[in-house]
Amino acid sequence: MTVNELAKKSVLYRRNILKYIVGANAGHTGGSLSCIDILNVLYNNVLNVTPETAKSPTRDRYIQSKGHTVEALYVVLADKGFFPQSDLETLCKYKSHYIGHPTRKVAGVEQNTGSLGHGMSLSVGTAISAKLDGLTYRVFTLLGDGELPEGSNWEAALLASHYKLDNLCAIVDKNTLQISGPTADVCSTDPLDKKFEAFGWSVRQVDGHDFQALTDAFKALPFEPGKPSLIIANTIKGKGISYMENQLKWHHGVPNKEQYEQALAELSE
Amino acid sequence: MGEISTVVDKKAQANLDVFSTTLQELAATDKQILAVTSDSRGSGKLVPFGQKYPAQIIEIGIAEQNLVGVAAGLASTGKKVFAVSPACFLTARSFEQIKTDVAYSDNPVKLIGISAGVSYGALGSTHHSLHDFAALRAVHNLIIVAPADNFEAEQAIRLAAETEHPIYIRFGKKPMPLLSEENQEFAFGKGRIVNEGDDLVLVATGETVYPALQAARQLDALHGIHATVISMHTIKPLDYDLLATVAAKGCPILTVEEHSVFGGLGEACASFLLMNGFRNRFNIMGIPDEYTVTGSQVEIFNHYGLSESGIAEEGLKLINA
Repeated sequence: MTVNELAKKSVLYRRNILKYIVGANAGHTGGSLSCIDILNVLYNNVLNVTPETAKSPTRDRYIQSKGHTVEALYVVLADKGFFPQSDLETLCKYKSHYIGHPTRKVAGVEQNTGSLGHGMSLSVGTAISAKLDGLTYRVFTLLGDGELPEGSNWEAALLASHYKLDNLCAIVDKNTLQISGPTADVCSTDPLDKKFEAFGWSVRQVDGHDFQALTDAFKALPFEPGKPSLIIANTIKGKGISYMENQLKWHHGVPNKEQYEQALAELSE
Repeated sequence: MGEISTVVDKKAQANLDVFSTTLQELAATDKQILAVTSDSRGSGKLVPFGQKYPAQIIEIGIAEQNLVGVAAGLASTGKKVFAVSPACFLTARSFEQIKTDVAYSDNPVKLIGISAGVSYGALGSTHHSLHDFAALRAVHNLIIVAPADNFEAEQAIRLAAETEHPIYIRFGKKPMPLLSEENQEFAFGKGRIVNEGDDLVLVATGETVYPALQAARQLDALHGIHATVISMHTIKPLDYDLLATVAAKGCPILTVEEHSVFGGLGEACASFLLMNGFRNRFNIMGIPDEYTVTGSQVEIFNHYGLSESGIAEEGLKLINA
């Protein structure tokens, strides 16, 4: 997709994220809005997976470690035709498969996540399997900057470079806020690039809302042969809705009727 | 009745050794078989496996959470993954990865807990797994198995390789004699009767089945008491049909396990029996709620009565209660 097409998609995705969160009266609004442009580029310009190839052994895998921003994943999967858009009207409703974290009961979801710090190990195992079988598929995992203190991430990061997994790409949605406050205050992970480089990764930083920069970064994979790649995507929590941007309370805040209308108005501009 | 079918097996191996040789046999013809280890190929008896099949062993390093998460990722691609680590760490350090990455996502990892129970003896409580049945029983979508002898160990591994859902198998490292030449049927969820009698039922699992069988022999020889002995190798799903059948005899039931008396085989049996109207006299033998006495596995077994004479004594007490 072109940058213009991607931009239009992101407007649609943001509108849908809010629509279904309002419908469910629950959801992780701010984080879904910070990572949606990354998912947009991944599913529309990078991953070789479609509903028809969802079980193909050679498909690229996307594993969402920051499972709580599942609304972003659901709206993209629906748009790509993995399931009917109307299914999302059941989000978080009694007996719905569309729960508040990724589950394999939903078509297109690769792994059940939700507890933080699990996506990296799952991705490393999947990437090792590709190497063992001589397959060229790639494995992508999206992490939040707030989940990086989970030690399991670093166990997996060590092993990824040990096995030279240049078919693995981790993306950090660095929106700098987590539920209790700024990530820098809760448990600083900076300088993140230096830490991952010390663990044997090749690292690039991009503006996580710049479609061209994201596309270019993904096209440049692997950044170095024989090394896993890390994209630090600098993002804005609540991106796209003026009153939500960089505001902690929108971590899992749900807009009321007026706020929702204002958000939709901003998204149609 | 009461005739003992125990075979004194001079070739008795540790179940862990049987695991190793069986896995090598499977790997020879099935290249999807992978052993994944956390610096545990020595203690897991996987050195020969690694030498023979270097492309089928994945070393993770000492990082049990990562071991299980990586194993789940591998299994999701169709690999037949045996994740091998000391039972104490595998089922505690990586409990959440077992719960989420393996069981909840239904990635068919074969979790192999080595040197289980108090196999590590005097190394102490950090190295004991007396919680694994209790913890894992509460996790949905997980088969839990504790083979008693070499026959069960081999069968469990062969079946696990073809099982498309998560499974946990724990092994000890003490040589285990064959329990029976007669009953050579094995299926997960089906207890194995290794002795029959109408005066007492001993329901044991793993490495306590053999002393339970010896206790049955002693009770027969010294007291003319005839005990049924069941190797309840599958803790979950538990063989409720078999339990109901033996409970219907009306005789006392004594369970025996190398596990805390809380949350393991005994309590699983007790809850089934109580909820289904059985009022047999009943007791649970296992490790009490304390840090164990220091000693070898055998010394710890003897200390807590998980021995021929200890089990026989408890059986008598229950009969005469």
